[in-house]
Amino acid sequence: MTELQPVEILVIKGGWLTTVQDLGRFGHQHDGVSVSGVMDSFATIVANRLVGNPDQAAVLELTLKGPELQFEQDAVIAITGADLAPTLDGRRLPMWERMLILRGSRLRFGVPQAGARTYLSIAGGIEVPPVLGSRSTHWASDTGGLQGKPLKPGDILHGGKPGPLINQHVGTGLPIPLRPRYERTVSLRIIPGPQDDFFAKHSIKALTETTYTVSPQSDRMGYRLAGPKIIRKDSEQFISDGTAMGALQVPPDGQPILLMADRQTTGGYPKIAVVISADLLLAAQLAPGDHIRFVLCTVAQAQRLVRMQRAQLDAELSPCDGQSQQMVPLSHHESISILRVSK
Amino acid sequence: MPPTNPPTRAHRASNATFRILPLGDAALTIEFGNEINSEINSRVVAFATTVFDQHWQGIHDIVPTYRSVTVHFDPLQWDSATLTKRLKILPRQEPGQAEPQGIFHEIPVLYGGKWGQDLEEVATFAGLQPAEAIALHASVPYRVYMLGFSPGFPYLGLVPEQLAMPRRATPRTKVPAGSVGIADRQTGIYPTTTPGGWQIIGRTPISMYRKTRTNPFLLKPGDRVRFKPIVRDVFDQLSRETET
Repeated sequence: MTELQPVEILVIKGGWLTTVQDLGRFGHQHDGVSVSGVMDSFATIVANRLVGNPDQAAVLELTLKGPELQFEQDAVIAITGADLAPTLDGRRLPMWERMLILRGSRLRFGVPQAGARTYLSIAGGIEVPPVLGSRSTHWASDTGGLQGKPLKPGDILHGGKPGPLINQHVGTGLPIPLRPRYERTVSLRIIPGPQDDFFAKHSIKALTETTYTVSPQSDRMGYRLAGPKIIRKDSEQFISDGTAMGALQVPPDGQPILLMADRQTTGGYPKIAVVISADLLLAAQLAPGDHIRFVLCTVAQAQRLVRMQRAQLDAELSPCDGQSQQMVPLSHHESISILRVSK
Repeated sequence: MPPTNPPTRAHRASNATFRILPLGDAALTIEFGNEINSEINSRVVAFATTVFDQHWQGIHDIVPTYRSVTVHFDPLQWDSATLTKRLKILPRQEPGQAEPQGIFHEIPVLYGGKWGQDLEEVATFAGLQPAEAIALHASVPYRVYMLGFSPGFPYLGLVPEQLAMPRRATPRTKVPAGSVGIADRQTGIYPTTTPGGWQIIGRTPISMYRKTRTNPFLLKPGDRVRFKPIVRDVFDQLSRETET
């Protein structure tokens, strides 16, 4: 049987914005420390579970233009999220599946097919020193990841010790019905508040009756949206308060900003509504030029939806905490996609 | 505080000591008022500490701000209705009740020159000589109202009215770590080199964010700060000590 060793990956090209991320740096927002972490936690959790990692293992987040990576050891990986047309030594790789990559192979990416952000997990996780309990890169404060920066040519990534692969009764991939479909126009459900009363009477209604466009001034911190202006009711002063992923804050120009992973912990603009957790996986995959329709939702509905989404995933792909799972040695697992590439 | 504020939401909600607002499906914001004053902030800090002390599973972050506390939770473990009930029955500091004193810090600052490029402009705004502006900024104790913007960035107040110059029209792309700035009635210290729009009047050699420590942040909400003007030699000496 194959005994996997911790992997070493050489970065040939960094791609447009490739960073080491985990589920986020929680517990320090009161010190002004941004949560950062992956934009799409659903795709990340799937990528980690496929390779036997705990959900919070560090992965690579790729943005629109992927990197070029050389594997110096055999590695078990999975690629989820946006389909950036990955190839291994010229051969197209599948999405949302577990794969064995042989040492010496080179992973490249092509033209984005759908979505904007891709997640690459490696059995054992990506080993960088945790900062304040997380490996996530927050570039604005040079925190976490590889010295707080995106990948660049010459960087070397180290994998952790791979855990035992876990037998999933469905095999090695996420069943197709559970794979999100990324569209250029998405509906995002929102919960009004906390400051919806700062805006003119029918603002929430207006917000849900039109389409907003993701502008080019969008990044991991937030998306500036272009569309009908949201009007403040009066000039009542707003004092900075806590922010959240998915919050729609409205600066004086009336064009909302959808706050994402690298948001600041507090913000000086009122927030008219917040996108529900279950829809953040769609928000995370938007690129400039994409369109959003907002649909009203209640807190209770939203909390039911996020639990349902997780229960569906757990039923197909259970968390890999190393407990009460049937361990199967890698070479005995019939359905693993072994990609033997002749040199 | 001026006696005749325009009606605010805080006034409308004056019967309750706080109100709980949804911030999506994974956070609640508990609002104690809508103004910047030490009495409201003191209740905020006390409440954040109380919530923290519960050590509830599935609560990620408790973020005190000037006048509210945001509680971030895992929606797989909590629902807003249950958390709201639990928060409502927690003990809280009543308006007017004395608060525990935070830690007092004396922060040395080299004012003006290349360390405080906007000192002259701030002095002109205040109708003072630069030396008088320095003396005024260093004359009052400040409260740490909250941390935000970047890791360890303290929002301090209240700056004397005369010095309360608004932010720069165009933010600088790079404000050096240690820079002391003014924005309206707030003063703050940049812990790391970041973009920033505050009026920079000086720099401290003391580090706000000591990355390698277990407890890396020097200041906490509720702490007090007084600035102490220092000369170049002392700044250089303290900078060397901070590095080692």
